[in-house]
Amino acid sequence: MRTVVITGLGASTPLGGDLPTTWSALLAGTSGVSVIEADWAQELSTRIAAQAAVDPASVMDRVAARKLDRSSQFAMVAALEAWADAGLGLDDESTVDPDRLLVSLGTGIGGLHSLLGNWDVQKEKGARRVSPLTIPMLMANAPAANVSLRIGARAGVHAPVSACASSNEAIALAFDLIRLERADIALVGGTEAVIHPLPMAAFGQMQALSRRNDEPEKASRPFDVDHDGFVLGEGGACMVIETLDHAKARGARIYGTLVGAGTTSDARDMVSPDARGQVIAMRKALYEAHLSPADIAHINAHGTSTPTGDPVEASSIRELLGDAVNGCVVTSTKSMTGHLLGAAGALETIATVKALYHHVVPPTINLDNPEPDLGIDIAANVSRPLPAGDLAAINNSFGFGGHNVSVVVSNENVTAGSAT
Amino acid sequence: MATTEEIREQLAEIVNDVAGVAVEDVQLDKSFTEDLDVDSLSMVEIIYACEDKFSVSIPDDDAKNLRTVGDAVAYIERAQA
Repeated sequence: MRTVVITGLGASTPLGGDLPTTWSALLAGTSGVSVIEADWAQELSTRIAAQAAVDPASVMDRVAARKLDRSSQFAMVAALEAWADAGLGLDDESTVDPDRLLVSLGTGIGGLHSLLGNWDVQKEKGARRVSPLTIPMLMANAPAANVSLRIGARAGVHAPVSACASSNEAIALAFDLIRLERADIALVGGTEAVIHPLPMAAFGQMQALSRRNDEPEKASRPFDVDHDGFVLGEGGACMVIETLDHAKARGARIYGTLVGAGTTSDARDMVSPDARGQVIAMRKALYEAHLSPADIAHINAHGTSTPTGDPVEASSIRELLGDAVNGCVVTSTKSMTGHLLGAAGALETIATVKALYHHVVPPTINLDNPEPDLGIDIAANVSRPLPAGDLAAINNSFGFGGHNVSVVVSNENVTAGSAT
Repeated sequence: MATTEEIREQLAEIVNDVAGVAVEDVQLDKSFTEDLDVDSLSMVEIIYACEDKFSVSIPDDDAKNLRTVGDAVAYIERAQA
């Protein structure tokens, strides 16, 4: 089977409008969580969120931005950064065969602002005032499709939807398709933009969100005894992945290798996590990667900071690693970025790739009092160096609906070159 | 009541806002789709913006006959009379 490597990275997140800013902030233990100043938030039980550091509309052509839902805007910014980072050109300067390029870019909810915004317009001003672009803006495939238009991808556009696992699923899907020779190169990732009264109220009604409104930067505290729910985040994250041969032929800088992906479904509960499904997803990913638990130096946990989710994942990781538990550094970058739902998998896979590339794991901040009996080694509060040499890591994403997708990356095939 | 030139200018701002066309390009003899490259969905938005801006009604049947900037300006002038 073909080897698939990672050659470009891009992101627009609560920690920065691009990946270098985001990565620096991650290493420094910076929180991207703040109070939502808007009036609509004041009546909610949760009034904090991880809002984008840079409004994507502000860094795009104004007319182009008008035709894109916010979720598509994030996707476009992240995708174009990843594409340029991979050393690839656009339009007349593109050197990629469009028929061998696919897009796999997921989202949990899609164009919510466009959907609800136009419903508001219809109620206030009537049907004639509904934007003629409403449908192409609200549909969940819009981010993926818009990116495909811009980069000229003709081998297929895929937009997996699996809640918080969407973008890990998108990565896994493209990984499979490239190995099946449906394409040689792919733009993969995820996006989410649902910081809006309805989802904030709805997640709040589920008791899923942290209510630490008076200390927003301390609210996201995965694995801490005082975790009380996740913090909703927004943003986009994308990678360029391609076959090793395709990358070498064009002299691309390689960040690492995608070596395995494992998917399971719990078939048990729509919102509660299941250890069995998580463990098997990780095991499947390792099996495909021809690795054993002892080979895993680092795990970027799903780690949402919920009282239900954190301990279940900790137990899954313990079960997976067995005696190797002390040789593996676990972290949850959601402690800083919040939970980007459909973009979480991609952002956290990027963080995992960067951790291996730079041999340093970003911290899990706010870990003042770890829950008892976690039994895993967490990079608490400060970044943790990783050993030199060959490394492999797992990124987990577990979504409402019982979706579990684990992605395994290694630093094989890494080439020296300008790193962002 | 606005002059032809005033209407053209305000329309030009709308076309610029919706479709990014340079204000000075929005001249009476220009076709929206052929010369100014405005697509059909943007035309719909432009029509609605005109209804709001000029306080006129432009039903869909009439809107589809407004091919040039001049057609639109003339329609608005008549509607305002």
